[in-house]
Amino acid sequence: MNVVIVDTECANLTSVRFAVERLGYSVLITDSAEKIRAADRVILPGVGTAAAAMRNLQRKQLVEPLRELTQPVLGICLGMQLLTSHSEEGDVDCLNLIPAKTKRLREHGLPLPHMGWNTLQPTEDNPLVDTNDSYCYFVHSFAVAVDEYTIASSEYGERFASMIRHNNYFGAQFHPERSGKTGEALLKRFLELKLC
Amino acid sequence: MLAKRVIPCLDVRDGQVVKGVKFRNHEVIGDIQPLAKRYAESGADELVFYDITASADGRTVDKSWVERVAREINIPFTVAGGIRSVEQAQTMLSMGADKISINSPALLNPDLINTLVEEFGQQCIVIGIDSFYNEQSDQYEVHQFTGDESKSHKSAWQTKDWLQEVISRGAGEIVLNCMNQDGVRRGYDIAQLSALREYCSVPLIASGGAGEIQHFVDAFQQAKVDGALAASVFHKNIFSISDVKAAMAANNVAVRPIEAIQETQ
Repeated sequence: MNVVIVDTECANLTSVRFAVERLGYSVLITDSAEKIRAADRVILPGVGTAAAAMRNLQRKQLVEPLRELTQPVLGICLGMQLLTSHSEEGDVDCLNLIPAKTKRLREHGLPLPHMGWNTLQPTEDNPLVDTNDSYCYFVHSFAVAVDEYTIASSEYGERFASMIRHNNYFGAQFHPERSGKTGEALLKRFLELKLC
Repeated sequence: MLAKRVIPCLDVRDGQVVKGVKFRNHEVIGDIQPLAKRYAESGADELVFYDITASADGRTVDKSWVERVAREINIPFTVAGGIRSVEQAQTMLSMGADKISINSPALLNPDLINTLVEEFGQQCIVIGIDSFYNEQSDQYEVHQFTGDESKSHKSAWQTKDWLQEVISRGAGEIVLNCMNQDGVRRGYDIAQLSALREYCSVPLIASGGAGEIQHFVDAFQQAKVDGALAASVFHKNIFSISDVKAAMAANNVAVRPIEAIQETQ
């Protein structure tokens, strides 16, 4: 199994790597389009801002290679938002792999960022999570609205998409690498996933 | 529903976990890694590592333990202490810390807050505030260099003003350490936390004073904090994280259940 983490030059690369290694897989962190194409699994992590992350991907000439992948791809947090068509954060066009838009979470008299452990309500066809109301660790101020690409939703003042999917591309708004046993189980399923 | 967080705080000095009373007379509690793992497995929602000497001594100590902790635990953790530049922050984050917490260096150079937020994003920049209730003036005052008794002193800021300043500069979370209560286990400073909660639009973490299980419930119910930090009660096994979480659940405070019975106490 050849697992690659796309080097987005974001801060949480190390914790994602350690989480995959704890499951017994070795990992390569790379920005080489060739190595990303050749991988069995691709993880697109991200913290920071959408505009900065897209700028990094463009500079590294990774936008087209990432758009052409056929193996399972998992975007985490900002990495999930990058899979959508557009982010309000910096008003930037993203990878447009999942036709959804990322918008700022509205204030509902609740502290922002949405930070901490919140529950997940997966859809029936979610291949990565099948337990209702399991807790995952979130840190974000922007979110994707619930639509037909949503495979799990969560609630923070409003309901938002906590996981999305289109074909081989998956996104998780929370951090599976920091979500205890639930996160470990999700990553394990992603690594063992067989796409029909 | 978003769960309220129970956060053990590990004060680190020279590579070991220590605990003092009112920031003084530190005693060694144990090694960092086994304690971190034990807390993660027994239901902690997050961990904070506070290097209590670094800022006051004007040095940065060996932080390779950050990577060893990141490799081992599957919950988020924050590193605080002695981080005063983008480079130092980058080092902590690239070793696997999820958040960094800035206290005294932010008071010396408030621009550091927005610089770090621009570089790494709001989600990983925590501001720690050491706040002291001055009975004579009836005001909450921000103190700095509290890790070293000889250098600890009052800053020019009142807590409410500093809180608003750091939030306007993009701070993603506030840890409010109420100094009068620290280490004496008489309960969180509910009056102060409640007073400052209304000025805090980002997550607010209570720190200082936990001595009984009910103190956690009070902080969540009365002061509406998002998380509660505690050190000695957990280090000394006065009660466990699962005891706290059971009481929270019984009082209808949203809580993340403990995933598996792995209590080693």
